[in-house]
Amino acid sequence: MLPSIWTLIGQAGTFLVFIWAVMKFVWPPLVQAMEERRQKIAEGLAQSEEAEQALERATSEAEEIIREARKKAGEIIEQANQRGTQLVEQAKQDALTERDRQVAAAEAEIRQATNQAREALRERLAELAVSGAGRVIEKEIDPARHRDMLDKLAAEL
Amino acid sequence: MPAEAGSDIGQASTAGNSDMVTELGVSGGWWAQTKERASFVLNEQADSGAYVQHHITNLRHPYGADDMDPFVWHLDTMVVSWLLGLFFLFFFIMAARRATAGVPGKLQNFVEMLVDFVDNAVKESFHGPRKFVAPLALTIFAWVFLWNLMDLVPVDYVPTLMYILGVDYFRIVPSADVNAPFGLSITVLAIILIYSVKGKGFGGFGKELLFHPFGKNPLLWPANILLNLVELIAKPVSLALRLFGNLYAAELIFVLIALLPWWIQFIPGGAWAIFHILVVPLQAFIFMTLTIVYLSLAYEEH
Repeated sequence: MLPSIWTLIGQAGTFLVFIWAVMKFVWPPLVQAMEERRQKIAEGLAQSEEAEQALERATSEAEEIIREARKKAGEIIEQANQRGTQLVEQAKQDALTERDRQVAAAEAEIRQATNQAREALRERLAELAVSGAGRVIEKEIDPARHRDMLDKLAAEL
Repeated sequence: MPAEAGSDIGQASTAGNSDMVTELGVSGGWWAQTKERASFVLNEQADSGAYVQHHITNLRHPYGADDMDPFVWHLDTMVVSWLLGLFFLFFFIMAARRATAGVPGKLQNFVEMLVDFVDNAVKESFHGPRKFVAPLALTIFAWVFLWNLMDLVPVDYVPTLMYILGVDYFRIVPSADVNAPFGLSITVLAIILIYSVKGKGFGGFGKELLFHPFGKNPLLWPANILLNLVELIAKPVSLALRLFGNLYAAELIFVLIALLPWWIQFIPGGAWAIFHILVVPLQAFIFMTLTIVYLSLAYEEH
């Protein structure tokens, strides 16, 4: 408890030196580091917030795209079905037409053949009739002179 | 055991410094003296008065100066407070050098916690620029805390060891030496004056001294100035005496506990030490906070 002036002054001086040292070497770098970190954290938080929003946007965009794609796919399938049906219909139509055509052709051929046969028959008949009639009226009828009349008769058959 | 040891030292000290010095010469050589002192410490009988006296005597330079002579050094107080201050600066400067804005290490974390704590304490009461005041507050807190912490070192360790090594007295609690707290608080007073002028100007500060608290009437000036001076002086005195009183009393109680029989000491000693864990940071904090409050009072108009 004894007084000591020099200690008093020495302590005061030491105190000032220490304050100076803290002010110069301790306080500014630490406070600066803390401030920088605070900013970094703030930036990081802001960035993560932003990223979250971006993610949300991207997700909704992706959903939109998928929905669109689904819709388009549906349309395409629909179109394909229609086209298929159409093709089948067309093919059916074509087949029918072809059949009709072939039938018609066959019929025409048949008719032609029939006509030919009929023609031949008729001619043969005419010949037969002429030869028959010839045999009957061998002398009176000259096939060459009555040819015209005989042809008319044949056409009437 | 500590009690006995102390009493021997006490007797040695009561024998007077000059006796001790001549005795040193006779016994011849530092080693012989050390052996002699060690056996003295271990074997002689207790005298509690002298033991206590020895524990509360500073190492004075020049040696053997008159008790009331103020023009002496207290070498123990100076050396211990320097060592503690350098210890504090060493770690804090190291942490500050390595400080990064990235992930902090353990030391940086601890130091930043303290810096943040002090910065907030200053921010709360002092509204001027903190460039000087915050480092001042941190220095006070850390330094006074370390001073006080020395009170938790068992009271006999250092004085007895130093005695054996040839240093007659050695107190290791700077805050229990009245000169150390006063050195601090007088500096604080000077800073208060500087901040008064800085905050209010010479005119403003002068007006405050003359006109407050009673009024502007010239007849009241002497009363005003007297009151203001008392208030001004009371600040460092109360600051220093509060710290000194607490720590001096605490140290004395530790010394008294050390006088008890060795097998019972741990009960009151432990209790007092636990209580002291509260006192050590509290007194440092009070010193710091009051300094900040005084500075804000000085700096701002009111």
